[in-house]
Amino acid sequence: MTRHSLVLAAQSNDPATRSRAIEAIAAAYWRPVYKYVRMKWNIAPEDAADFTQEFFTRLLEKEFLDSYESSKGRLRTFLRTCADRLFMNQERDSKRLKRGVGSAHLSLDFIEAEQELARELRSGTPEDSFDKEWVRSIFVLGLARLQAICESGGKLIHFELFERYDLEDADPKPSYAQLATEFGLATTDVTNYLAFARREFRRCVLEQLREMTTSEEEFRREAQALLGVKLT
Amino acid sequence: MKSLSDRVVARLHADMQLPDLTGTRYNLLQYLACGGMGSVWLAEDTVLKRRVALKVLDLAAPADGLDVRLLREARILARLEHHGIVPVHDAGTLADGRAFCCMKYVEGQTLAQQIATLNLPDRLRLLERIAEPLDFAHARGFIHRDLKPDNVMIGAFGEVLVMDWGLAKVGVTSLEGGEAEIATAVQTTQHSLRVTGQGIVLGTRGYMSPEQARGDIEVDHRSDIFSLGAILTFMLTGSAPEELAASGTVPRPLRAICEKAMAADPNARYQSGREMTADITHYLNGEPVSAYTEGLLERSGRVFVRHRTAVVLVAVYLIMRVLFILFARR
Repeated sequence: MTRHSLVLAAQSNDPATRSRAIEAIAAAYWRPVYKYVRMKWNIAPEDAADFTQEFFTRLLEKEFLDSYESSKGRLRTFLRTCADRLFMNQERDSKRLKRGVGSAHLSLDFIEAEQELARELRSGTPEDSFDKEWVRSIFVLGLARLQAICESGGKLIHFELFERYDLEDADPKPSYAQLATEFGLATTDVTNYLAFARREFRRCVLEQLREMTTSEEEFRREAQALLGVKLT
Repeated sequence: MKSLSDRVVARLHADMQLPDLTGTRYNLLQYLACGGMGSVWLAEDTVLKRRVALKVLDLAAPADGLDVRLLREARILARLEHHGIVPVHDAGTLADGRAFCCMKYVEGQTLAQQIATLNLPDRLRLLERIAEPLDFAHARGFIHRDLKPDNVMIGAFGEVLVMDWGLAKVGVTSLEGGEAEIATAVQTTQHSLRVTGQGIVLGTRGYMSPEQARGDIEVDHRSDIFSLGAILTFMLTGSAPEELAASGTVPRPLRAICEKAMAADPNARYQSGREMTADITHYLNGEPVSAYTEGLLERSGRVFVRHRTAVVLVAVYLIMRVLFILFARR
């Protein structure tokens, strides 16, 4: 089965292909890596930001990803292990880079990540936090896809409804009738538009996940990890 | 795009799992359970106004043929109309591309959950009611192949239903039209499966027959008899079938029934569920069972237990008679 895998592209010998792929991987993983190192080693925000940039620079230089084999484990577990190894090597060699030196050219909003970290309830292990952040990143990227699809398909109102009903942190959520009034729609339209947006969101997230994995087997494992959690 | 709060992530997570019932006759009510291939939901059939169970796959068009398997299971259930087999109402594909199967919603507990509340005679009678639908399926050429305590439901009114026919083997004689194609298209990747050099192994360790565990192609209905023996062992010992030898509390005739049902050679097993349950009925009635040759003492003990009143009356009569004779001589 032919699949467009970012991981395979990141292992490419073509620098442009590799760079694009690493940027996409970084978009999904920089928050998990940043928050993981902050939690696990309790290092300063500036050091964690430098470490994260350094980590993705190493990825770009093919230092890590060339040794990745999907048959031996999940990409996210592999990357977390790489982060551990890089940190311990740096500690051992006392060659920690000074702030801003040797950083990759990734534009990452560490200030926002730091604000999130301050707001979030710190429960569980750093490893749990890494996985949780990974899910959050996949959802954020899935939402960006959904927004692009809705915009190009003339269905922006579907996305806006989804944003208003499912993405806002309001409690209680607005009712469908309230949304119908607010958007000037029939209540049945609100129901149908939201069903469309949720269906497309699910598809976008799974597409995103498929790109982040290298085999069908890994994709199914990750999809199950994402979908197979019991609801209470 | 800005980041998402924990609460929004949890909400989206829940949304991702919900089956998209747009355009169907069903309304989602509640999550029930999840398994290797998908999840089961309680839903309302809005046309017939009844509650149903919806089995929905996790992914649309899965590469491992799970959608084919689910449809196949639905078709098998449609062919097996028996009060001891969970009925199927509908099957198809949802708007989100996921395959689903709609079945009767059985309120109750699995055999594994309920076993501790039952006394020995009730447990044995329950086994008879599991064997009955199995015999029915075997007579129509179907073999369950994944019989275990978790796949037997006991309803709120004591009804017994054999569930989860997803791994069932369809006998050639029972195939019609395109079913042969469906039967051979099945691929399996669940955690309970593993591949050997001879074929694909289906089932659950401990409850599957040795020939099934080897991946033999020619597994027949006696493989289910083995599983039935393993279930009886579980019912008697409360633990895994392998523990039978270590358990000293199982009466010898029942132990012999288990051992005969779980014989390594299919020819040495009971040849049908009816034959096995006949032995259980004999045991319940205090009669000798075919699987066990009892000694003189055991037979005497059994006869005493079975005809206790008559034996006591005769003994009392004889004692009275002796006493009468003794007093008469004085």
